[in-house]
Amino acid sequence: MAIAALKTQRRNLVQSMFDEGVLDNQFNQLQDLQDSSNPNFVEEVISLFCNDAERIITELNRYLNDQNVDFSKLDSYVHQLKGSSSSIGAYRLKLACVNLRQASEERNMEECAGAFNSIRREYYVVRSKLQVLIQLERHIVNLENQQ
Amino acid sequence: MAAQGRHGGKKSNKMTALVVDDNTVNRMIHHRLLDNLGIENVAVVNGKEAVDIHCSGKTFDLILMDMDMPVMNGIEATRQLREMGIRSMIAGVSTRSMEREIREFIEAGLDDYQEKPLTMSKLISIIHKING
Repeated sequence: MAIAALKTQRRNLVQSMFDEGVLDNQFNQLQDLQDSSNPNFVEEVISLFCNDAERIITELNRYLNDQNVDFSKLDSYVHQLKGSSSSIGAYRLKLACVNLRQASEERNMEECAGAFNSIRREYYVVRSKLQVLIQLERHIVNLENQQ
Repeated sequence: MAAQGRHGGKKSNKMTALVVDDNTVNRMIHHRLLDNLGIENVAVVNGKEAVDIHCSGKTFDLILMDMDMPVMNGIEATRQLREMGIRSMIAGVSTRSMEREIREFIEAGLDDYQEKPLTMSKLISIIHKING
């Protein structure tokens, strides 16, 4: 049955994200907040998170490429991204933010550049996997509604 | 778990809460956590707005106060609210882990402190403190 197969796929995807540390238990909290009165909650939060994260990553890139890096502005943006990542359970992305804050505190430009690349990489990993998850969810809901 | 409104009266006996957080994702999640518990809630984006909303005459049973915010942070906002005579339950929520920083936040006038991210069980433990 198509729905069962899709649900297995969804379960396996989420499990692999936990196993790889892409997500942590906070993501379960998010899923628990979704119910029949708020059936799109997870998707809405992820959408908000992604818009915010992309805006911040753009700003971080700009500040890091400045002649005189404004570390305090940098720190403020990373703090925001760390907060959002932590709230949705994006574990590896959160760790990458911690690393950038550390490098920024030490005023170590090379480390900052490396840490920022990790942030970008981890963001794209979590975003693409969450997008697949959302597509699976939508597909499952559509099939269930047709029944 | 949602409280029933009083029969025939304008006033509801639903618990009310104020979310004070500069992060949009956190505001959305905290709003939903509170909604799920039947708690009417509004959100503001920094400490100054939290103070201003009280100056306008509104009060809340619970205030979820973030620490790091622009314009006015959670420590200063908590201090000011207490100086204004606000006796609501103020629960600080933050990602800070240094004891000294948490102590400063608590000493500003918090009734409780929880480390972010906020979960349903952390929120329930805060609410149990209100109810005694």
